[in-house]
Parts: sequence; C-alpha cells; structure tokens
Amino acid sequence: MNTIYFDHISATPLHPLVKETMINFIQNNNFGNPLSQHHIGDAAVEALETARRQVAQLINAKPDEIVFTSNGTESINHAIKGVAFAKFKKGKHIITTNIEHQSVARTLRVLMRFGYQVTTVPVDRHGLVNPNDVEKAITENTILVSIMHANNEIGTIEPIAEIGKITKAKNVLFHTDAVASGGNISIDVDELGVDLLSIAANQFYGPSGAGALYIRQKTEIFPLIDGGTQEGNRRAGTQNIIGIAGMGKAAELARIEMPQRIEHLSKLRKAFIERLNTLEDIHINGHPVLTLPGLVSVSVEYVEGESIMIMLEGDGVCVSTRSACASGSLRASHVLTATGCDYVTAQGTIIFSFGIGNTLEDIDKAFTSFQKSIAFLRSMSPLYKKK
Amino acid sequence: MEYSEFVMDHFRNPRNKGVIKNPDGVGEVGNPICGDVMKIMIKVKDEKISDIKFKTFGCGAAIAVSSIVTDMAKGKTLEEAMKITNQKVAETLGELPKNELHCANLGADALHMAIIDYYNRLAGKQKDASKEKVDYIGKRKGKCYCPYCDSVLLSETLFCSKCGKSITGQNK
Repeated sequence: MNTIYFDHISATPLHPLVKETMINFIQNNNFGNPLSQHHIGDAAVEALETARRQVAQLINAKPDEIVFTSNGTESINHAIKGVAFAKFKKGKHIITTNIEHQSVARTLRVLMRFGYQVTTVPVDRHGLVNPNDVEKAITENTILVSIMHANNEIGTIEPIAEIGKITKAKNVLFHTDAVASGGNISIDVDELGVDLLSIAANQFYGPSGAGALYIRQKTEIFPLIDGGTQEGNRRAGTQNIIGIAGMGKAAELARIEMPQRIEHLSKLRKAFIERLNTLEDIHINGHPVLTLPGLVSVSVEYVEGESIMIMLEGDGVCVSTRSACASGSLRASHVLTATGCDYVTAQGTIIFSFGIGNTLEDIDKAFTSFQKSIAFLRSMSPLYKKK
Repeated sequence: MEYSEFVMDHFRNPRNKGVIKNPDGVGEVGNPICGDVMKIMIKVKDEKISDIKFKTFGCGAAIAVSSIVTDMAKGKTLEEAMKITNQKVAETLGELPKNELHCANLGADALHMAIIDYYNRLAGKQKDASKEKVDYIGKRKGKCYCPYCDSVLLSETLFCSKCGKSITGQNK
C-alpha cells in the first residue's frame, strides 16, 4: 500500500538536495569545532556561515541577525524569555493571542510564575487577531508582543505587518512565531516590522533539530543558553552543524522554488476543498483567503478525530488531529475553541497538510478514504441522526 | 500506531454496532466534550442478555472497547454480565496506549448502566432512556476526567491536581 503523507505541518521530508548537502558534509569528515583556532574547524565555520547567509536571505535579514538553535521551540523560548530577562526592569507585561503554539503559551505561563503579566488578545471566527486589540492592550509596562505568523492548526495568517507598525510606534519589541509559515510563504522581516522571528528547518524540507531565531540588530535580549561565545554570544554551545548546513540549503531552495511551491500547494488545497464541500455537516476551519497554501483543517460533526485518523491510516493516508482524544478524556483544541468552534465539533477535527511531493491523485485517494471513514464512524455514532 | 492487532480488529470490524428498537435497558456514559460517548442497548430474555448493540462516539479505543464489551456480555446472564468489570475489559484488551486506558473503563460502566436501567424499568421506575434526546452538540457543560486516576479535572489545567500527571496529551 502506498503511503500518502498529508502531515507536512508535523514534519516535511528532506529535499534530495538538502540530503545531499548533509551527506557531503559528513562524508568529507568535517568533524571540527567551528571555534577551533586551527584549520580543522574551517569547514564547520564555512558551513555555518553559508547557512547563515542562506537563512538570512530567505527572510530578508542580515546574516549576523540569524542565531541558529535546535528547533522552533528553542527559538521561541529564546525570544520570549530572552526579552523578559533583558527588560525586566523596564516592565513585566507581555501581549499574546489565545491561539499560540504551546511553546509560546507555556513559556508565558512559566514567566507568569515569576511575576510577569500576560494579556491574551482574542481572535475572530477565522482565527484572525484584530491589530486594534493589540494596540489597546499595550501599556507603559509592555515589553513584548508575541503573535504567531501563521497558525499551525488552522493555517490562518495573522496581520503581522499591521501589528508591527503599532509595536514600532509604541516602542515595544515584537516577536512572531513563524515556524508554520517560515520557508512556506514569503517573509520579509522589514515588511513585517518584527524584531524577533522564529523558524524551524523541518517545516520546509530541511532536517529536524535545526532552527533559527532572527534577532534584529540592537535588540536587547539575553541568551537562553549560557556558556561559550558561539552565535555571536547569543546562543552558547557547539552547533548542530550538519543540521544547520541542511537548513541553509533548505532555505535557499525554499526561496528559489517558493512561487512554484505555493502554486502547486494552492492547487491541491483548492481541489481538496472542492471535494470536501460535497460532504454534509463538515466545517472548514480558518480563513478562506489569508491562509497557508497547503493546509486544510476540517471538523466533522458526530465523529471523533482520532478514530478518523486511524481509519485514514488504514488506507495509508497520514494526517494529524488536534483532537483532545489522544487520551479520550482530554480537552478540545484551544485554537478551535478560540475561534468559537463548539467543543464537540472541535473533537472531530482532522488536519490535512500537503507538500510539494503530493499530487492530485493523492487528493482523490485521500478524499475517498476520508468519505468512507466518516460514513463508517457516523453509522455507529450516538450523536448522528439520519436526516 | 500504538494499538494492538486485537484492538484494531475490533475497531475496524466492530461487533454489535447498531441499535435495538425497543430495548429493555439502555446505558450511556461519557461526554462528547471529553471526546467520547458510549451507549449500550440490551434486550433481556429469561434473565439473559439475548441481544446487545452499541453506538459510540469516540477514539479508536472507545470503539474497540464497545465492540469487545458487547461481545463479552452477549448471551450471558445479567448476573454474569454485572461481573464484567473494568479490569476484566482492560485485561481482555491487552495493551492500550496509556492515555487511552480510561476508554476501557467506559465499556463496563455503560453495560452496567444498561442492566440497572433494565431492573429499574422492571421495578416500575419507568424512564425510557432510549427516548431521551442524545444531542450534546453545542453544549459546553460536562466534566473531563484524568486518564490516569479518574478524578475530575479542572477545565484549563495542564496537570491532574490529584495524581500530578500531565494531561495535555499533545504529541507535538
């Protein structure tokens, strides 16, 4: 049975050229430490700095504004805690939204234990933040605004540029979690007006274990990991050089191939949504236009998401669910409930996230399996009433 | 995939799914807000469960448990069926992903409620559960339980306040 991988929001497969870059680096026996003063470390330095340029170019930053990390979560922790620690004398107020990834939400929850105050602005039914709400929430104690670029569950792209104008005018630092969007849609840190931006390589056909934090020049921020002088004194510890070399290549490819990738993914998404619209009692979550090109979140009434996911897996279709049913007794997705989706419907949610290797044929096969699974599960659901 | 072949077989080919038109007893447990509802209907003849059907909204484990419990109870006397405990169901199931153990507990509970409902009806406490509306869509009340120790959870908590285990269950 062929596998149809529709879970690119969890991780993307390595691009063949990324794989080649990484293998070459290993095969050349480049084990050196980039901070060594002899020539054995030279190849590592070159790989790091090449990758830094490539990642910088992807988001229109300067190479020395890129700090490599081990993943998106570390970048986010660094951005938020780093600013909180650096600015604690100026203020202890941080603004965010109620649809952030756990790596933002939980980091902020930890800071709250240390006396920081967090204001959470709501989203509308499409998952969009209103920039006016952010503006109103800013006080003289506000040190940071952290709002995600694109949501990883429903795909909605937030008005970051508008918010960036506000934070600039109010002289408040602005971080955006661009892990879901980075390498998938065009990002220009100047257009967005952000001071900090987090990305991860495994979201754009690079390896897991490599991430980056963009830190605008002159931003006051503490390191998250203290120690040596790596990454311009901003992130201590020897880097994951093989992973970072792969991330650099993936960033270069993402920048060059982006228009074609977006076109391809949008075509798949459109085709899938057209098919979904023939089904009864389903809801497509997120914003109809301001959305990631390759993601569809769909809530199915009367059935539970995990059971749909297992049915699909039986047909070789890999998807993800944010349904709380990983344990059968857990909460519905905070993102969906934030958009006003009721708790029960939220339990029946499946996220399809397409990739550059998927085809229209995959869409058809997955849809057929999806339709069959829903019918089967509804036939035994006590919530389902035949009309 | 964490489910055993046995569980997967009951999930993919559930036994006894469906409804009984005029059931002698109905048991329903769970809450759609928490992600599962299990409804078991029984027909009783000569103190034995002559027919049994289920309807379940829930994860793979919940559906498999419904199938297994109804299979275990079919043909048994009411007394025997009351002895099907949560623990027995869990043993029959074999290994379940840890977070889903709690689904195993729903099965016997629903079965016992159906039997109690049967006795209640016999005793004249007429309450035809089959006619009650099972329509939770849109409601936001109800409780969630810790999958490890079964105590009631507060809605916004990350940890069970009783056993201290993480209950977010998010795998990414």
